[in-house]
Amino acid sequence: MTPITPAHYMVLSAALFIIGVIGVLVRRNIIVIFMSIELMLNAVNINLVAFARDWQHRVGPDHVIGQVFAVFVIVVAAAEAAVGLGIILAFYRNKETVNIDEMNLMKW
Amino acid sequence: MAEALAFYSLAAFILGFAVLVITARNTVHSVLFLVVNFLFVAALYVVLHAEFLAVIQVLVYAGGIVVLYLFVVMLVNLKRPPEAHQDPRRRSRLGLVVSGIVLAQLVAIAAFSATQAAGGPAPVEASVPVAGNVELVGWQLYTTYLVPFEVASMLLLAAMIGAIILAKREL
Amino acid sequence: MVEIVIIPLLKIVIVLVAVLAGVAYLVLLERKVIAWVQVRLGPMRVGPHGILQPVADGLKLFLKEDITPARADRWVYTAAPIISLVPALIVFAVIPFGRDVHLFGLTVSLYVADINVGLLYIVSVASIGVYGLILAGYSSNSKYPLLSSLRASAQLISYEVAVTMTLVSVILLAGTLSMVGIVEAQREAGIWFFFAQPLAFAIYLIGGLAETNRSPFDLPEAEQELVGGFHTEYSGMRFAFFFLAEYANMIVISGVAATLFFGGWLPPFPNVAALSFLGFVPGWIWFLLKVLFFLYVFLWIRATLPRYRYDQLMRLGWKVLIPLAIANVILTGVATVWL
Repeated sequence: MTPITPAHYMVLSAALFIIGVIGVLVRRNIIVIFMSIELMLNAVNINLVAFARDWQHRVGPDHVIGQVFAVFVIVVAAAEAAVGLGIILAFYRNKETVNIDEMNLMKW
Repeated sequence: MAEALAFYSLAAFILGFAVLVITARNTVHSVLFLVVNFLFVAALYVVLHAEFLAVIQVLVYAGGIVVLYLFVVMLVNLKRPPEAHQDPRRRSRLGLVVSGIVLAQLVAIAAFSATQAAGGPAPVEASVPVAGNVELVGWQLYTTYLVPFEVASMLLLAAMIGAIILAKREL
Repeated sequence: MVEIVIIPLLKIVIVLVAVLAGVAYLVLLERKVIAWVQVRLGPMRVGPHGILQPVADGLKLFLKEDITPARADRWVYTAAPIISLVPALIVFAVIPFGRDVHLFGLTVSLYVADINVGLLYIVSVASIGVYGLILAGYSSNSKYPLLSSLRASAQLISYEVAVTMTLVSVILLAGTLSMVGIVEAQREAGIWFFFAQPLAFAIYLIGGLAETNRSPFDLPEAEQELVGGFHTEYSGMRFAFFFLAEYANMIVISGVAATLFFGGWLPPFPNVAALSFLGFVPGWIWFLLKVLFFLYVFLWIRATLPRYRYDQLMRLGWKVLIPLAIANVILTGVATVWL
């Protein structure tokens, strides 16, 4: 068995990111689109933490910058989820749909 | 050996549940698969010796953000049955083509970086005695990255106020 | 090999069996205590003084017919009790019941695991338990459970914030997130953290009552208001799971209160040399006594206080407890730096 290198985690992160991209582009339910965005953010986090571990091996045991970055990504994801879901609720109150094809109030 | 076993099994579960998230018919099932996905990602963080981040992932992501999603899904599903929000699968072929292009780009980046030498020297920082994971992350958060930390708290405050105003019925 | 695999497995089995048996007898204890408060006797028929009542209850629930509502979401309906029970049980992995004991030449520590983020693990696992409530109400496909589960989960996540803030002030004093480390910090400081943080303890107790859906915050499962609350449509073993989960959560809250505020396995006044004879009583007996005391406080409050209305409940959580908890954290931080 080859040892698990950061390249393995990069492949996992890329695959998870692609699944998120497919979810955003293919699905029409806006809540599923938001969840696919969360999948993409998780993929990024996996990448960051894997490289933080790699730095801990190579440079020094107290270099955990990747994990600090991942904490900030989680913070931003939380803020974005809260505001985004508020927007969805406000829109739903007006138009009673969560299908993104019907969210065209500002279309010409 | 143990790390390889843990990595491959966790990776299989993570990707499997992610596919289930985007393909589930019922939105509530989608949200539940997302929770399980996040729990497996937290397990992956434990394998990577990032224990603090693992519990933060469970506490904030799986236990906070996805609960929010579940509430919204339930509020939206209340009036109509879930089948009413069905996706007409038009343009899914275009979506898959664009995803394929993004995948090709990521593979190209990975292949290019694999041919490069290993990364450069790390920046010099204040030395902290080797301690547990929580102490290390906390040290970085409060010394080197103090300003982003405070800005993040401002961001959360702004998001909180925004969400309250958006969700209120009358202002 | 033995140390890494066999002993933790044995500890897990013992802890789970003890918790499940404890929960069963806690139900009996509650009925007895409430009965004595109301000047009556409680269950007396099954066995001497009703001692075998939990066995009878367990048999009854086990043998009941397994009903699923007609248009309920079957998978989620089945999963909800499990999602409720599993977090309540796995929290016991980090609660320290005592220090080390020496058995058969081995030094066995009386906790299953001492992870360096123990307290955060407890909080995060408790926040997973909210899903059981939400999904139970949603999947029952019926009005009362849905309403009640929305209320219950809103109550839970509101009081989670206040409880986490009080835990932060304890962490500030102890300097570590590990549960064993917090008890050691109390031993080194020489006092229980209850004397250093009385406000935090009060907020933790009130928040703990709300977190476990106990009186006076038990509106989500009040029979008089919402039929049965989120577990209306559940019967038999699934209902038993919800019940077990609630009482296991009570034991968890008591155990965490005992560890964080009352010194865990330490005897009272651990640094006063005159009282060192109390050290002859094993640590885990002290822990058990403290947990039993808190459980009795839970039952006492249920027998005494009337129920909060839902808006009063939310107002208490958001407008009273959270500002007090945050003020407590700020004061503790200032005091830690300047004293």
